[in-house]
Amino acid sequence: MKLTLDTFHKFQKEQAARLEGRKAITVCCGTSCRAKGGLDVASAIQTKLKDAGLDENAVELTQTGCHGWCEMGPIVTVEPEGTFYQQVKVEDADAIVASYTKGNAEEKLLYRDPTTRQRVASYHAIPFYAGQTRWALRNVGRVDPANINDSIARGSYVALNRALTSMTPEGVLNEVAEAKLRGRGGGGFDAGRKWRSAAKAPGFPKYIICNGDEGDPGAFMDRTIMEGDPHGVLEGMILAAFAVGSNQGYIYVRQEYPLAVEHLRQAIKDAHAMGLLGDNILGTEFSFDVRIARGGGAFVCGESSALMRSIEGKVGEPRAKYVHATDKGLNDKPTVLNNVETYVNVPLIVEKGSQWFANTGTDKSKGTKAFSVVGKVLHSGLIEVPMGTTLRELIFDIAGGIPGKNRQFKAVQTGGPSGGCLPEKMLDLPVDFDSLADNGSMMGSGGLIVMDDRNCIVDVARYFVHFLVEESCGKCVPCREGLRHLLDVLERITQGKGKMSDLDTIERLCDVLENGSLCALGKSAANPVRSTLRYFRKEYEEHINEHFCKAGVCPALCTYKINDQCTGCTLCAKVCPTHCISGSRKEKHVIDQAKCIQCGSCFDVCNFNAIDILGSNG
Amino acid sequence: MATNINLDDILTRYPEEEASLIEILHDIQAAHRHLPRETMKTVAEYTGVPLSRVTAVATFYSAFSFEPKGETVIKICMGTACHVKGANLIKGEAERKLGIKAGQTTKDGKFTLEVVNCVGACAMAPLVIQNEQYYGKFKPVDLDKLLRTGE
Repeated sequence: MKLTLDTFHKFQKEQAARLEGRKAITVCCGTSCRAKGGLDVASAIQTKLKDAGLDENAVELTQTGCHGWCEMGPIVTVEPEGTFYQQVKVEDADAIVASYTKGNAEEKLLYRDPTTRQRVASYHAIPFYAGQTRWALRNVGRVDPANINDSIARGSYVALNRALTSMTPEGVLNEVAEAKLRGRGGGGFDAGRKWRSAAKAPGFPKYIICNGDEGDPGAFMDRTIMEGDPHGVLEGMILAAFAVGSNQGYIYVRQEYPLAVEHLRQAIKDAHAMGLLGDNILGTEFSFDVRIARGGGAFVCGESSALMRSIEGKVGEPRAKYVHATDKGLNDKPTVLNNVETYVNVPLIVEKGSQWFANTGTDKSKGTKAFSVVGKVLHSGLIEVPMGTTLRELIFDIAGGIPGKNRQFKAVQTGGPSGGCLPEKMLDLPVDFDSLADNGSMMGSGGLIVMDDRNCIVDVARYFVHFLVEESCGKCVPCREGLRHLLDVLERITQGKGKMSDLDTIERLCDVLENGSLCALGKSAANPVRSTLRYFRKEYEEHINEHFCKAGVCPALCTYKINDQCTGCTLCAKVCPTHCISGSRKEKHVIDQAKCIQCGSCFDVCNFNAIDILGSNG
Repeated sequence: MATNINLDDILTRYPEEEASLIEILHDIQAAHRHLPRETMKTVAEYTGVPLSRVTAVATFYSAFSFEPKGETVIKICMGTACHVKGANLIKGEAERKLGIKAGQTTKDGKFTLEVVNCVGACAMAPLVIQNEQYYGKFKPVDLDKLLRTGE
């Protein structure tokens, strides 16, 4: 059935009414929950519902996208009550259905608040969710991404219908410009300005591209949105196409995200069938189609000009930016390229107005931002908050702080390989596009990797440079050769062969990278190194002068020894991958230094502080 | 192994143009677990791209490989979240236990060891993927079990 401007409104109301009071059990089937057996949980619940004589009219079983609290997966919710079950196993299906038929909640599967020790029944009362403002993630975890009616019921395509009924392309452009929407991929460029340039540029066809090549390691906002709310992404792109005057769009997705590709393909097919995509959208003169292009596992293709070469079927090498994509982008035609999260915000702006959007956020960064808060935090997952929320609120209030009673916060890495590491004293910075950049890092696409005192800061710098050496496309010399030299120096330091003059060499190489590289990959490659040197210089000096990696990470610069606090519990011997810990039960154990690989597994499991990290000479 | 998949079936899914090249290579790689060199000439003719450029694309992107992969592919995620939780140690142990470096295949063709730059399942870090199965919160000691099941 193809919808038109006239029939859409009625259809949407019907679907919304259906969803309003529906009884449903939802199972999260995002990538993490799937990996933990989410699909099996769903089919087990399905079977039990059938056994209990409950058909789909009595209760719907829905597979949704990611709820963002991946630590707690697989997640099951019961609606309309909003009951939230966590870490559900196949064996729990019986109990879930049994308590559903009795109309109560299965106590033991509810989240238990670690401070109050109380079970929390409802989704919205859990601190992890209560502290969030979910705009970009509004439908993720709420709809079945394979069912377009669910998305329409939750308001997808309402903004499109509105734009095509009562707005001009110029009107849509103005709303986006006045909302001061900035690109969520990391650059933070004004979306309204970009769209206007492309709209004005001569040349046809014009292209709309969605950058779903989420390459920053540690970031998975875009994956979650593409998997969980593909119609939100499509609607944003269609609105952009309407505003700019484009008929063809592309979504460039990382090949590492197979589920995102599958859900986007389904969404495109469904939107076609309903007349929301393709020729004569909603019965109007406006036509727009979207194709999917899969990436090839090259980080540099997240850079806009390289991405466009890749869609053309070429090697993904960037080009100099004096030619703007809005004039000559894909196939040398005017092109708008934005990130997934940017597009998903557009329908909200068109539906609720630029003023409403701009009321949230900071002076220069409006709206909300989704972050993936991962690493050494209690509640890893996706967290969306208004721009201007502090790092401390994100990491400690919502994500629960650092796990492990003896561990301490050391640094938070933001912005992926283009960003930097910020120390504890920066935790009260409000996070937006500009504040982090002023302090040597950047907000980037939204990955926040939290580190504790068991992470070595020199090793983290070495990690990012190694990553970039592998991913540099090799087109320009400063990036290709500069990064190799930088890696050499950093490796020397982590191997205990560093000199104090190396720190000056690092600074000089960073200057060359920043000033001489062709694209953002090389230009920003210095950030992870510079920021660690700026805030953690002492740790570099310890590596060089004392041959000591106190985090116990650099194998050449640390030894693990068991002290007299050892009770002989044998736990360390069990987790040692090289089986180099020996000793009888209830007696002090010993590490065979010849076989020890300094992995620290023993240190991490010891409950008695019986393992010391010492310098390379013991 | 699915080596009997017809190349024409793959080619006809896409228009005869340069923009189809990467999608075609993806499908060939998925069907054969590598890019058989003899197929490249046909791909070049179909897309109208010179063979040299097809080779350039096939070697530029890490998703493609001219070498056949092992029966079991073990991928170690090296994303930042996995790194801070010890992915490097897992990689080192896997290399030691299999006697190969990341990117290589064991002589008997049983195992290929690969590293991947983040699969976006960071809440489960550190992560190891065996064929398409994800194993989260992985410890170096878990490798013994994983390598046994792969045999």
